Amino acid sequence: MLASRKPTTMTTITGSQSVISSLEHEGVDLIFGIPGGAILPAYDPLYSSPIRHILARHEQGAGHMAAGYAWATGRVGVCVATSGPGATNLVTPLADALMDSVPMVAITGQVPTHAVGNDAFQEAYTVGITMPTTKHNYFVTDPDDIPTVIHQAFHLASSGRPGPVLVDLPKDVLNQETEWHPPQDLDLPGYKPTLDGHPRRVKEAVEMLAASRRPVLYVGGGIIKSEASEALTRFAEITNIPVVTTLMGRGAIPDSHPLCLGMPGMHGNYTAITSMQKCDVLAAFGVRFDDRVTGDPNHFAVDAKIIHADVDPAEIGKVRTADIPIVADARRVLTQMIKAWGDRSPVANQEWWETIREWQTKYPLSYDQQPDGPIKPQFVIDELARVTGGDAILVAGVGQHQMWASQFWNFDRPRRWINSGGLGTMGFAVPAAIGAKAGMSDELVYAVDGDGCFQMTFQELITAAAHGIPVKVAVFNNGAHGMVKQWQKLFYGGRLSASLLNSEVVDYVKLAEGMGCIGLRAEAPEEVGPILEKSLTIDDRPVVVEMVVDPDEMVFPMVPAGGSNDNVILGPEPAD
Amino acid sequence: MENRPGVLARVSSCLARRGFNIHSLAVGPTIDPGLSRITVVVESEKLEQVKKQLHKLINVIRIFELEPSKAVERETMLIRVAAIGNARTEAIEVANIFKATVVDVGYNSLTFEVTGRPAKLNDLIELLRPFGVVELVKSGRIAIGRAPKSKPSRMRAVG
Repeated sequence: MLASRKPTTMTTITGSQSVISSLEHEGVDLIFGIPGGAILPAYDPLYSSPIRHILARHEQGAGHMAAGYAWATGRVGVCVATSGPGATNLVTPLADALMDSVPMVAITGQVPTHAVGNDAFQEAYTVGITMPTTKHNYFVTDPDDIPTVIHQAFHLASSGRPGPVLVDLPKDVLNQETEWHPPQDLDLPGYKPTLDGHPRRVKEAVEMLAASRRPVLYVGGGIIKSEASEALTRFAEITNIPVVTTLMGRGAIPDSHPLCLGMPGMHGNYTAITSMQKCDVLAAFGVRFDDRVTGDPNHFAVDAKIIHADVDPAEIGKVRTADIPIVADARRVLTQMIKAWGDRSPVANQEWWETIREWQTKYPLSYDQQPDGPIKPQFVIDELARVTGGDAILVAGVGQHQMWASQFWNFDRPRRWINSGGLGTMGFAVPAAIGAKAGMSDELVYAVDGDGCFQMTFQELITAAAHGIPVKVAVFNNGAHGMVKQWQKLFYGGRLSASLLNSEVVDYVKLAEGMGCIGLRAEAPEEVGPILEKSLTIDDRPVVVEMVVDPDEMVFPMVPAGGSNDNVILGPEPAD
Repeated sequence: MENRPGVLARVSSCLARRGFNIHSLAVGPTIDPGLSRITVVVESEKLEQVKKQLHKLINVIRIFELEPSKAVERETMLIRVAAIGNARTEAIEVANIFKATVVDVGYNSLTFEVTGRPAKLNDLIELLRPFGVVELVKSGRIAIGRAPKSKPSRMRAVG
């Protein structure tokens, strides 16, 4: 908690000071933003506040930084932008945070209330534009409302199913006189998340699992958000049920745990995908049956009875009807399940485990790194794990590199894997890594990025260099939007329409150095380990490591979009 | 829902965002000035999902699903028909059957006000169509659940 600078009650202050005092009251120590005309009044009291401000180079960067901070720390990430283009540049990070349930508060300036609706300079209808990309948003017309609105914003962002909340503040409201008073009553009659599972449903779920022979626990981001890892691991252990962790739930149970089968879905491993397809009871916690996990929902786990627990009732039954629906917070319901399981024996699933172990032996993840061949991107992930001992927060953008990172890194605990899942926001990695590192300065934060992604947001490395946030970024240079290219090769007859990036144009080492970072490059497999080791020795500025990887490498296994999860393509050669 | 600016936009935006067609929508304050009520008619096989998505809106407090058989539904209509000379009397006769009242008279038109079930309004439109419908405005449907017809077996205290 920060030293409180909030004025004593009944002292007259400006709306701006009230905003800053409210943020301090919420325990905010770090915000990411860019000033501009309409939000300028709020930046004045910030100048003398203990809150640290990171000056992003683009509002999208500020938004993803707030998300990265929230992912890594579990706290609410805060970003600030001015009206008009400042606010519209936040739309992507807000939509990203909504899809991935990231707790975030965005503060935006707005033109003065008398000018609202007049197409004033830098006016945009921020509340209207962000209505479908936020959990909730506010347009403040009275400075006296500021403490309550900001308190509500933080409560909404961090409770129930977390998400982004935006507070739009007209300039005259920021300039007006008001009083700061500690917020009292939340007064949200339409917002009462159900946190405890219905005891009868919990009992039914336990009985269904106890009677099952081929059960699977399907867990995701909800486990991370509700800090349910311990309860999940305990429940899996007392029941002996295998666990698959979705892209959002990687690290919910350690990958090294014998009960963990790894990632299912479009680029999941064969065992995780197939165990779900063949199971008799699928117990889902904090997941939403996303199309990237289920493939064609009509052919997904057709023989399975479904137990679905989620804090958001709208997710239950949205894609797949649940036989046992449970509206609850993941940690609480898993704790209830442990208690309800009591001293029962583990599930009688020895045959199931034998089958699973056979699949694991027969269909492991693999790649072929030739000593004199091009660098395989998977090899980079393995080498990075080796040189860091796995002790890093790994951040990824979207595409092939993201899938390889998720497949080949062994996640040992939650909040060590940060990426854009639901929205699939390319360019997420660099700013998110900066936010994570700013929030967790003692941790090694390593971003793995594609060249396509990197070119969308690399300018934020200037932010990192300027603020002394020594993130490291491994750029997988395959000279292409790799996943697009992969689809074109597989499904469009190899017609590489607009997917090549002309990699000969960019010198990543010089680019890095031009932004105040160290630039390194590896072009052959034997250089990968030493270059990564060298990157670990630099801690006074950001490091960009260009990995010139095999441009033809593709991500496998793969279930083509909309296809059945029964048809896993294991590799470039036809499956046996 | 809470009676705040923008709440109607949130509700209609949410319905549009999830791909649900709005057949009719009526909004007005309730006896509690802090609350207002939207009556929305949607046709959907995914009604449960509509309700859940609307419930996620922070300003939405309660959602009632009113089945037509268990609710009183009403709609008000203002309809202006071309009517000169004898046609006037004929139009008024038709309107009388529907308990529609004349609310405006012009030199060549009559305007009726009528309230009723949506089917009744549609019948009146059909019967007035031959006169020539100049303008037509409907209020959107409002509805209220029907009260129980028998005394509950155990009376509950009403606060």
